[in-house]
Formats: sequence, C-alpha cells, structure tokens
Amino acid sequence: MPDKTLLTRRLLGTTALASAVAAKHLHAQPQVAATRPPAPGNIDVDLDVNGHTHKLSLDPRTTLLDAMRDHLGLTGTKKGCDHGQCGACTVLVNGVRLNSCLSLAASREGDKIVTIEGLAEGDKLHPMQAAFVKADAFQCGFCTPGQICSAVGMVSELQRGVPSSVALDFASKPTGSVEEVRERMSGNICRCAAYPNIVAAIIAASEGTPT
Amino acid sequence: MAHVIGEPIDRIDGHAKVTGKAVYAADAKTQKLAFGAIATATIAYGEITSIDASEARRQPGVLMVMTHENAPEQAPWVPKAEDPFARPKPQLDSKKIQYFGQPVALVVAETFEAAREAAALIQITYLANKGAFDIEAPDREIKDPKTDVVGKPAASKIGDIDTAMRTAAVTVDSTYKTPYQNHNMMEPHASTAEWTGNMLTVRSAVQLVESAHQCIATTLKVPPDQVEVIAEFIGGGFGGKLPVYGDAILAALAARELKRPVKVVLTRQQMFHVTTHRGASIQRVRLAATQDGTLTGIAHESVAQTARADDFVEPIVAPTRSLYAAPNRLTAQQTVVLDLPIPGSMRAPGEAIGLLALEQAIDELAVKLDKDPIELRLKNEPKEDPEKHIPFSTRNLVACLQQGAERFGWNKRSAKPGANKQGQWLVGMGVAAAIRGNILRKAEAKVTMNSATSATVEMDMTDIGTGSYTIFAQIAAEILDIPLEGVTVKLGHSSYPITPGSGGSFGASSCGAALLDACKKLKARLDKHEGPQGLSAMGRVEPGDEYKKFAQFAYGAHFAEVGVDADTGEVRLRRMLGVFDAGRILNAKTARSQMIGGMIWGVSSALFENQEVDTRYGSFVNVDLANYHVPVHADVPAVEAIALKVFDEHANALGSKGVGELGICGAGAAVSNAIYNACGARVREYPITLDKVLPALG
Amino acid sequence: MRAFTYERAKDVDAAVAAAQNPGARFIAGGTNLLDLMKVEVEKPAHLIDVSRLPLKDIVDAADGGLTIGAMVTNTDLAADKRVIERYPILTRAIVNGASAQLRNQASTGGNLLQRTRCPYFYDVSKPCNKRAPGSGCSALQGINRMNAVLGGSDACIAVHPSDMAVAMMALDARIETKGGAKGGRTLPIAELYRLPERTPERETNLEPGELITSVILPPAPPGRQTYRKVRDRASYAFALVSVAAILDIDDERKVRGARLALGGVGTVPWRARDAEQGMSGAVVGDKTFQAAGEVAVAGAQGHGGNDFKIPLARRTIARAFTDLTAKA
Repeated sequence: MPDKTLLTRRLLGTTALASAVAAKHLHAQPQVAATRPPAPGNIDVDLDVNGHTHKLSLDPRTTLLDAMRDHLGLTGTKKGCDHGQCGACTVLVNGVRLNSCLSLAASREGDKIVTIEGLAEGDKLHPMQAAFVKADAFQCGFCTPGQICSAVGMVSELQRGVPSSVALDFASKPTGSVEEVRERMSGNICRCAAYPNIVAAIIAASEGTPT
Repeated sequence: MAHVIGEPIDRIDGHAKVTGKAVYAADAKTQKLAFGAIATATIAYGEITSIDASEARRQPGVLMVMTHENAPEQAPWVPKAEDPFARPKPQLDSKKIQYFGQPVALVVAETFEAAREAAALIQITYLANKGAFDIEAPDREIKDPKTDVVGKPAASKIGDIDTAMRTAAVTVDSTYKTPYQNHNMMEPHASTAEWTGNMLTVRSAVQLVESAHQCIATTLKVPPDQVEVIAEFIGGGFGGKLPVYGDAILAALAARELKRPVKVVLTRQQMFHVTTHRGASIQRVRLAATQDGTLTGIAHESVAQTARADDFVEPIVAPTRSLYAAPNRLTAQQTVVLDLPIPGSMRAPGEAIGLLALEQAIDELAVKLDKDPIELRLKNEPKEDPEKHIPFSTRNLVACLQQGAERFGWNKRSAKPGANKQGQWLVGMGVAAAIRGNILRKAEAKVTMNSATSATVEMDMTDIGTGSYTIFAQIAAEILDIPLEGVTVKLGHSSYPITPGSGGSFGASSCGAALLDACKKLKARLDKHEGPQGLSAMGRVEPGDEYKKFAQFAYGAHFAEVGVDADTGEVRLRRMLGVFDAGRILNAKTARSQMIGGMIWGVSSALFENQEVDTRYGSFVNVDLANYHVPVHADVPAVEAIALKVFDEHANALGSKGVGELGICGAGAAVSNAIYNACGARVREYPITLDKVLPALG
Repeated sequence: MRAFTYERAKDVDAAVAAAQNPGARFIAGGTNLLDLMKVEVEKPAHLIDVSRLPLKDIVDAADGGLTIGAMVTNTDLAADKRVIERYPILTRAIVNGASAQLRNQASTGGNLLQRTRCPYFYDVSKPCNKRAPGSGCSALQGINRMNAVLGGSDACIAVHPSDMAVAMMALDARIETKGGAKGGRTLPIAELYRLPERTPERETNLEPGELITSVILPPAPPGRQTYRKVRDRASYAFALVSVAAILDIDDERKVRGARLALGGVGTVPWRARDAEQGMSGAVVGDKTFQAAGEVAVAGAQGHGGNDFKIPLARRTIARAFTDLTAKA
C-alpha cells in the first residue's frame, strides 16, 4: 500500500502538463561568442603583497582574492560571497580598503597590497588585532580578517576626513563616534553578529592610535 | 584550585582568527590541488533528458565532468535513520530533479576560473513536471506528522480549548506568518578531499564530525576507518552545516577518480538552494483569559513547509507547551509538502519562529486587557510543566523579566501606542519571553597529561564560533589545577573521541560534562601520584533520568526599544537588553557574545530576513547577500545581554544549560511588540518591513 | 566567467581605439562588471582596463562649476571640499550608496553606467528582456518589491540602482565622452539614459566603444540641497525610494526654484520636472510639498509587490522638502 506522499507524487506525475524545457541559458548576444578570439592564455602579473613582489602567471580572469588565496597561499583573506556584498575579502590597496573579490589581479599590478597576514609585526599583533581578541569581536572568525583590514582602512579614512552618511554636516571633521563607526563598517557583514564587540574593539584600538 | 570555569577568558583560538592563520575547509594547502565547480538544475521538479558536456570537456584545464551518466556508484539515500545526518548523501545518482538548484554536474579543472566557466557551458535539457511550490495554495498537500524532528509528538491536547475560547472574558485569535529564511553563515559550504592510497581525508565545513564521517564513508561505500574528517575551524553553522552536502561527496568522488586533491566550494548563490533553509510557516495562536489576565486556554497550531525530497517537521509549537500555565491547551503542527529545497534546522528550530507568534499574541492579549505585558506573563507563570506535570529543573523566567524591566527602564514606557514622539521618530518598547529546551547528548572526551603543568584535550566536537576551544581549556585547567596556557585543545577530527558535535545548544554541556568526567578521573589518579606524563583518562556523559524527571529549559526576557520613522515607516532598533537563565555560564565573555548574537538574529527575523519564492519557477529569488538582508553594523546599536547566576544541578555535572540558541528565542517578538507600542502597527506577517508599517501611520 | 583578453590602456586614445575589438568592454572599478561576469550575465571577450587613465582630477570650471574626471572614485568625489561646499546633495547621495569599500573602488563613470540589480536579470535561467531580449520579463508578474514604478514598460520594470546618478540628475550634470562614431561629445545626463520601452537591453545612448571621460557639474543652483534615502537596512542596501531635492525660497517663503529627482522608483534616475514646475511660486508648506509628491508619482504604476513605493515616494518627497525649509 503506497503511502499518501507517494500516491500524490504519482498523481502529480501523470496529471501534470509535462513540458520539455531546454536549459539553454538565457544569455544576451550570442554573436559575441561567435566572434570570440581563441581562448587566451595566461598573463604575467607582478603582485606586491605584504611587502613582497610575487611574479605570477595567471588566467586573466583571476581576481585579486583568488590570486592571493589560490596562487600565493595567503588564505587569511576570505571569500564570503564573491560579489562585494559581505566584505570578508577586504584588503588594503595602497592603504585604502577594497573588496579583493571585485578586482582583477591584473589591474592591481603596481599597487601595494596588505592583507591580514601583513598587519602584525612578527609576533606582535597590530593594535586592531589585539583589540579584537580582547573585546571578543568575533565568533566563528570567518569575517574577522575582513573586519580588521576594513577597520584599519576606516581609521585612516576618518583621519583623512572622508565623510559618512551619519554626518549631519559634512563641513566638520568626522568624529569617530559609535554611530560613525557602525555606518562606516557596514560593508562588513558578521552573521554571528559580533557587531557590538567589533565596534568596541575598533574604538578601543583607535583610541590607542595617535591621530 | 584556581577558579577558571566561567571566567571571561579571551578565546584561546583568538590569535589564529585575527591573524588569518585559522585554517577553514577552503584554506587547506595541498600539492596539485584541483578545483571543482558545481552546476545546478534550472528546473524544480522533473528529470534530465539530455546532457551535453562536450564543450565543457574541451575547455583548457578541465580534468573531468561528472554527471549522473558517469558518476561512481554510491549508497542509496534512505528516508529515515536514527541519525539523519549520517545517512548516505549520494550525488548525481539519478536523472531525477527534486528541487531547483539541485547539483547536476561537477566540473574539476586545474584552476577555479576554468572550472567555473566549464560548469556554465554544460548544456542540459529537462522534462519539467508541474510541482507544488506555494505553501498557501488552495490545493496544497497537507500532512499530519505523528512526531516532530526530535521525535516528540507533533500535537498535544489537554482540556477543551474551544469551550475556553467561547466562555472567556477576553480572547485573542491571530494568525502569523513567518517566511523562508537562510542561515547564510559567512563561510560558504566547502570541502577539500584527498586520497592517500585507500585513505580519504576530507576537510569540510561541518558541525557534526562523526555524522559527516559516517555519511561520507557510507555514501562512498568505504570502511569508516579509511575516512578521516577534519573540521578545525568552521565559519559559522547555525544548523546549516549539520548535514553533509554535495561539496564533500563530490570532492571525495572526484579526488578518487583523479588521484589528486579536489576542493569544492558552494557559491553564495548556490547556498540558497543546495543547502537547507528554515521553512515558511503559518501559525494560529488562540488565547483565552479572564478579565484579570489569568489564561484559561492556550492553543498554537502551525503549518510549515516540508520538502518532497526529504521530510522535516520543525517543532514550532514546542515552546507553547511549557511557557505559560492554562488548564485548556492545544498544540498541533502540520506540514505542506512542496517541491522546494529541503528545510532543516536553523538556529533554535521551533522556538525561533514559534515565539515570534506566541509572544506577539501575549502582547495582543495584554493590550486587550489593558494590562502590562510583564505582569500578564508573571500572572501565568506555571508551578510545574503544564503539559508533562513534572517539575522544572530550574526556571528563572520571573527573575529575568523583573531584573530586565528594572535595568531597561520599563517603567518609562507608555502603554499607549504613538505616545512617545522624538523628532521624526515614534519610539516604542517591547518585551518578550525566551524559552529553549535544554538538551544533553551522549559524549566522550579524552584528556592526557603532557607534563605536570600541561595537558591535551581531544574530542571530535567542533567550535563553530561558540567558544568550545576556550571553555574546554577552562574546564581542564580548573579541574587538573594547571595553567590555562598549559592546555592544548584538539577538536574537529574524526579520530578523536565521539561527541554529538555542535547543534541544538547541546555541545558545551554534553562535551563539557564528558570532559569534566575525564578530568576528574585523571585528577584522582594524579592525586594518587600516578603520572603525570602520558597519563590519560576518558570521560563520558549521557542523558539519564534527570531529563525525564525534570522539564529542562533555558529562559530569558528580551527588552527592545525601536524607532519608527513617522513619514517613511522605517524601523530602527535603538537599544536592546536580554536577561537570561542559561544555567551556569562556562565563559562569561563568549557566552555573552553568543547571547547577543542570538538576539540580533531575532531582530533580523523580525525586520529583515525573507527568502522569497517565485512559485512559477519553484525557486528562491533573492539569492545573494545584497537581496537577502541580514543586519549590518548600522542596524545594531547598543545590545546587552546579562546572565543570571544559576546552577542547574539536574542538567549535568557542570550545571550549565545551552546558550547558543537562547538569544534568538523571543527576541524578534520583543521587536514586533515594540513596533506596535511605537506606532500602533500590529504586523503579523514577518519580516516587518516598512511597507507593512506604512498603512498604520496615516 | 568567460575567458577574455586583458589590456591596460595607456591613454584615452588607446582605450578608445582598443574598443574597436569585437566584444571589447571598458573596465574601471569593476565592482559591477565583474559581479555580472561571474554570473555569466556579462561576457566580454576583451577587457580594456581604463582605471589608470589620467582622469582622476576634479577641476574648477570657469563658470563656477566642476569637471570631474571619470576615474575619480566615489569616495574621492564625496570627500572633495568643493563638492561638500557647493554640491552637498552629491556627497550625501554617494555616501548613502554601497559600502565604503565599494565607494573606494567604484569610479564616477562606472557608477553612472551600473546595471540593474533586478534578481531576474542576475539569474540566467529566467526570462529577462534586458539580458536576453525577447525572452520576457519575469518581474512583471513575479517578485517585484524592489522594481520600478516609474518609466517601466511591459518589457521591463528593472530599477536603476544608482544613488549618485540621482543627485547628478538634480544637478543637471553633463557627460563628456571620447570615441564612438562621433569621436566624442557632451550630452546632458538626462539624455544619457533610455527608458526601457521595447529595448530594455539598451540602457544608455552611448555608442559601442564610447568612453565617459568626465562629468561636468554646472554651477550649483541656488537654494538648499538634500538627499534622503529610504531603505530596509540602515546602511548597505539599495533604495526603496530616494529623493534628491533642492529648494530655493524667497523672503516671502515662496518657491523661487525647486529641483526634484528620485531613485529606487524609476527605470532610469528619475527627474520630476512636472513637480518642480508645479511648486514654482507656491508658498512652502505641507500643502505645496504634498502636491509635489502627488505630481511626481502621477504616472506611477505599481505591480503588486512594489505598490507601496508610490505612497512612500509621495511621503518622502514631502518630507525632504520640509527638511529643507527647517531652520538651519
């Protein structure tokens, strides 16, 4: 005796309008593909990461994130979404925080990149790293390298007077209030929701940083 | 003996996490690593009629394309097992499509870029059947399960709720809806598999190492002693990494075929369909009360999604059975069978969404009675478990409510909605109770002295961000009377003693109690001057009669203050407090983080999360982190969590209760109640986005 | 992501010349193009990296306006002292968009050309006229809470996602280009964007190979400026409705001049000229501002999930103008 589920399933199978669906993806402009040149080969890319220049031969499609993770063994930087929607891949490029998943490695030739692996001096943690440990500013730790690099970049943006949306008046220099820190760190998602502790860590670390 | 257990010790794995040295499943460094990419089904229900992988195979760097036409033989899936997560999880084993986004092919290539492109080049045709995707469809297929996912009866009945409703002075009869939700832990599901001879090593992002170990071994038809599973660091789980998915199985199969290590990582978009989610629910709550607020009846009935591909009955009404006293009671849960991806456990399965409904209904009753919602709850505090008629192990809900009210300044709240306008903001406060079943599972632990002042702890337990590494070090340091720095904690390896893993908030208590047992045994031998070096002991725990004789729960009270923009209806949390009874706290710092994290999850379920289904296609639509909203920094103001000093002697030898899921329970209802208090919008369909608030603003 | 060849353009002329290659596309910040390439929506055969071109300056124009190089990052534009002083509406719009990381990377030209975030556009298994012309629009009868209520057609209701472009619409910015059939030109921003009508795949009037080199801001109009963005999250979320408003009032508190542009509701960054004209000469206050809101959404069409955007836009418009009349 078939159970109810199986019976219903069979009924659905026989009474439903079965239609063949071509899974051809609905792409634009097939003519572009037709005129596509032969598959291109690798290109040479020199990447300066954490003070070392690495000579790489890469598929041009390789992002900065994948170049570091798959080719340089620098797996501290994480891939959380690969689309600039979570911030886990944040690194410092010429001192400015960026999403490394949305940058081609080739377009970063000539830039100075610093990752989570490059923040500490030997065994001495960067003040931001130490503050994160002390404030329990993480749980699973996966977003943490991105949060820390982002926080370091954010402190420098505050010092440069880059405005944020919480400012009522852009003319005065931003203060680094908790509201400012929360807004400015909003590009770094933490699903464990360590947010209150992350903000506390950043404020503790930046108060220890001469401005 | 130094007092270490409970102290707010910094995480011992903190250094690894802030330096990028913590190795997650996708970080494994190995020679000749090949990269796998999964292609997924673009229909929801039907079968594959043809696969043309020729173009994919021609791509430079492509090493293999695996489909159901050439996948190695695997053990068949089974619908039921004692440990559902240990069941075989065969991949690409048939042409059948059971849900949109189901894996249909694996491409392995020399580079990630080549694998990703080739996966997109596979041409597949399907025969699509008409599936069922709408939980509210008039012709939906409803099932009446006998038991829920944890084996408890799906329904209960005491007295006569209908008569109670008919004869009550005041009643509430409201229906609430909760949407599909996704765990969206930051680390996508990932596995790196490598064969050395006939020995398979899989580094995988899993919460339950032993279940994964058995699942992988059985699926691949390999003896378990030829499989090792490693999960040293996991980038969040929340229940979404209880099962093993295609990443692990496909990586292992491909690595065997190719004789080289293979890594497979799900994309963020794939996670929404390939992995489990929290099913949508429709919940009806009925409350009957006398004019003085005494509940005479309480009923909670839920209908939630299950999948045709695998059954799941979320225990949505479970908290209602124990939270308040009332002589007439009814709980029931049904499921709607849909051809959607498979629902599963997500942080506090049951309570998380059950309390979104129940605790808003209590607030509605308070409004009807013109009674303070805290007083109403105190009035209906049960003396014993109202359905099982057994005593509670410990129950401090009253203290949570009262202390929280005091600290939060609840007396400043005006009961009248819309009474507190501050500039553009309508400000309101809400309260809700938290309850979460406390669970103990069988666990084993091993501890070995390395010297007089150092020891090593071994368990296959995982630390998914909960603080396992740290609390185990604290337990060992205190009992063995050695410095914390002398304790090495080894977790997340299938060769270590078997534990239940991370899930259901049972990890810390179960593993901690097993470790306590091991350490006490070892300490007794050390005191007899055995060892120390190399001396080791095994510890064990399993749930005994205490779980039958006592109703065991953790409790809490949430207080939320929100602002509602009077023009736009935007809702912003302003501050929040949770006061909890989670038994003895094993690390005040990491427990606080867990509770705060849970509370923010509750806020998120109230305000943001909604995985929308397009019922024409049977697929989820907003499948990335730009469109599936979880809170960002700016959404989270001052949130504080406080734990009462409690020791639950009936729970386990440590006196602890689960804390990881407690914070979410009821938190969202405190937010929805605060929204009502702020502006008078009573929104019963979650999430409470501004479009649902606007009509109340006039 | 499909394979492509890559080159870094030496100068603007070289970039424009390289754009003659079949399937060539410019890449600047890459924040939207790479995003779309990863899901196979964009499939360029050749990428011309223009991010290092010397188009990174913001220069004072003789008439009191500003000329913004197309490669100026969103952050640098928002932080420019002259922009903050003369065009605070632009700074406010930019800092309300995306995240700090994305603003650090995204360029001025790229921001103008970003494509819709309609989830059906991103999902290559679904019909979408913008991605695959003629395949149909999944949003019209589907999940459309985020979609447009203004400027849509029965082929497409995808919303334009930019905040910056909305402010630039209010400021009557002009776009300077090089390349294309004409070899370069200047066009008003309103003429950059095309309504979807029957050809939603064509979003702008730029020609193949035409490169935005700068954006010209005319002198700031008199009056106070604001940009109000309404969104689900407090940050890092696309607009449900955004309002760029500029209001100049005389001593009798009558409207001398008003500008109004909307984001989150239109298939293109939306300028509400009828509403502006209707306000002219009216005494400021709830009645005038509510009327402006009514006029601005007079032609709006909801599709179920996005119906709420119509009253929300009305209310937000009234609110933005009210804020502009508040005592400083």
